Amino acid sequence: MRHIISVLLENEPGALSRVVGLFSQRNYNIETLTVAPTEDPTLSRLTLTTVGHDEVIEQITKNLNKLIEVVKLVNLSEGAHIERELMLVKIKATGAQRAEVKRTTDIFRGQIVDVTSSVYTIQLAGTSDKLSSFIEAVGPTSVLEVVRTGVSGIARGEKVLSI
Amino acid sequence: MELLSGAEMVVRSLRDEGVKYIYGYPGGALLHIYDAIFRQDDVVHVLVRHEQAAAHMADGYARASGKPGVVLVTSGPGATNTITGIATAYMDSIPMVVISGQVASNMVGTDAFQETDMVGISRPIVKHSFMIKDPREIPEVIKKAFYIAQTGRPGPVVVDIPKDMTNPAEKFEYSYPKKVKLRSYNPAVRGHTGQIRKALELIAEAKRPIIYSGGGVILGGASAQLTELARELGVPVTNTLMGLGAFPGNDPQFIGWLGMHGSYTANVSMHHSDVILCVGARFDDRVINGASKFCPNAKVIHIDIDPASISKTIRADIPIVGPVDSVLNEMLSICRESNLRPVKDVMASWWKQIEEWRGSRGLFPYDKGDGSIIKPQSVIETLYQVTAGDAYITSDVGQHQMFAAQYYPFAKPNRWINSGGLGTMGFGLPAAMGVKLHYPDAEVACVTGEGSIQMNIQELSTCLQYDLPVKIITLNNQALGMVRQWQDMQYSSRYSHSYMESLPDFIKLAESYGHVGMRVEKPEDLKPAMQEAFANTKRLVFMDIRVDDSEHVYPMHIKDGSMRDMWLSKTERT
Repeated sequence: MRHIISVLLENEPGALSRVVGLFSQRNYNIETLTVAPTEDPTLSRLTLTTVGHDEVIEQITKNLNKLIEVVKLVNLSEGAHIERELMLVKIKATGAQRAEVKRTTDIFRGQIVDVTSSVYTIQLAGTSDKLSSFIEAVGPTSVLEVVRTGVSGIARGEKVLSI
Repeated sequence: MELLSGAEMVVRSLRDEGVKYIYGYPGGALLHIYDAIFRQDDVVHVLVRHEQAAAHMADGYARASGKPGVVLVTSGPGATNTITGIATAYMDSIPMVVISGQVASNMVGTDAFQETDMVGISRPIVKHSFMIKDPREIPEVIKKAFYIAQTGRPGPVVVDIPKDMTNPAEKFEYSYPKKVKLRSYNPAVRGHTGQIRKALELIAEAKRPIIYSGGGVILGGASAQLTELARELGVPVTNTLMGLGAFPGNDPQFIGWLGMHGSYTANVSMHHSDVILCVGARFDDRVINGASKFCPNAKVIHIDIDPASISKTIRADIPIVGPVDSVLNEMLSICRESNLRPVKDVMASWWKQIEEWRGSRGLFPYDKGDGSIIKPQSVIETLYQVTAGDAYITSDVGQHQMFAAQYYPFAKPNRWINSGGLGTMGFGLPAAMGVKLHYPDAEVACVTGEGSIQMNIQELSTCLQYDLPVKIITLNNQALGMVRQWQDMQYSSRYSHSYMESLPDFIKLAESYGHVGMRVEKPEDLKPAMQEAFANTKRLVFMDIRVDDSEHVYPMHIKDGSMRDMWLSKTERT
């Protein structure tokens, strides 16, 4: 099963390499990874998605917690949560296709952020599934380039991950 | 406030941390620090002959004393040479602080002379690491390094120091912190009382309970608590290879160590147990044999300071995260208050069964042969007699290591010093040196083989310089015995690269390093020779003992089987 693990990490050089190193060292798998400083500049928030059996996920969270620079973490998939991913995608848009791509973008509540005579650059946010569905809908053959940020997530309701 | 350079702060911080000896080797990136060492007398530096040995010396000291060992090595090859030693300490959770020199910070990343990314290269085998970015942070980083190395589940910590951080011309205010606090590092200080009570309730209902304890009990200084609890419960005790001495090895309640070469009694008892109380052990693959066939009827209680050790290979029914000493203390008081312990009659019949398994031939019976050739097992038995069972025994890796563990029953913790996790050949001699340096009046013997001893033989020179009269007990079968045993058992005795031609004359070798060499070839000479060696307390004695080269270590687990599936000799199996 896919899990979203969100980590508060000391914002120090080398901290990220310990997280990534742990995954390769112990043969765990990272599907996506995003990281940036938080409102407190001494902390980074790192969100990663991984796939594994419950036993493996348990070991992943335990071993992440063992890293000295990991302050706190939460497995967002264990509760109600919001996940978002941002995608920038360049799509061939000529002739009749231009209107069709525009319509699809509207349906997915995306925005066209750059335009040339033959290309639309579209910005789209949502769950990973939604982004994949958009690519499916416009047809992979007209997609020229895709950039995805990986998943960010936050728990629903009053729960917060902070120190 | 006193003004010190970065180099002086390194040395002063070590002094203020209470460090007496450090082990190392100088080089370009460290010259400022070595000059600071020269100008003081509090911290004594021991010059090894190879940096790997510096790490093993620090490690041996840490295992015997429970305090972190300290290593000082230069950048590049100095740092990389310690990697095997750091990995050895990491696998066995040994507290260690490794200070490595680094090229000047403005040269980092330029492929400078003797540059290597030590923090990167050591990352998977350290508990944590630091690189100094400002000389002012040296005292605090060193304090943190010691704190992290010895708290929680101990382990090695690397502090990488670029040369410009130690510039003698730049001085800063120095004060050594009394305490450090890390918001992101808070090891458990006690176990969960509810879980501890549940564990005791499970033990009280058990029909065939067993205590399985590991190196964590020794690291956690909980041997006394373990022994007391075991006596209170009247339950059989088995140790791992790393846990030997945590419970007295000669006690009738001790049923031998368990695992691949553990005793028949321990392995069979474990297999048939219904409740396992695991204390500071980690269900290692060399213990459990095939995980899917492991102890089919047992409920598992697992006490460990490291949550990641729990339910890693074997699912725990009652996990207890906490320091073993405090958890065992609490268990003991609940046991006494609530009278929670196994039923006497039930235990009597369990013990009756265990005594049947134990039989009358001792925990590790072996064929003593016709007396024409020295059996390796008998060397360890003799060593036990000659040292009255009270020596510090270090070992290298291979058959001799298993024989030492089998035939030297340790009565005390911290006396058996071996590389159980990483299995590092070349560990034994430098580890023995680290012990001898700190315990000059104790008897310290390194049990080794002619293969392993050659992996750090150069340290004989360090032994002379620092007057470290350890006893080297070499079980010389002129072959890499354990490799050959597997080749006998699995490769139709095709001895691919497992024997050694052109062995040195160890007697002359020892003598050329300024020590005493002794060769023993006949069984009747063994005991007098060993007595003579140990009577010579002032000199290092290298005993080259020629032993039966056809001997195998038994019992031996049959791969992927259950705990009770073992070869008991070359021809018998369970």
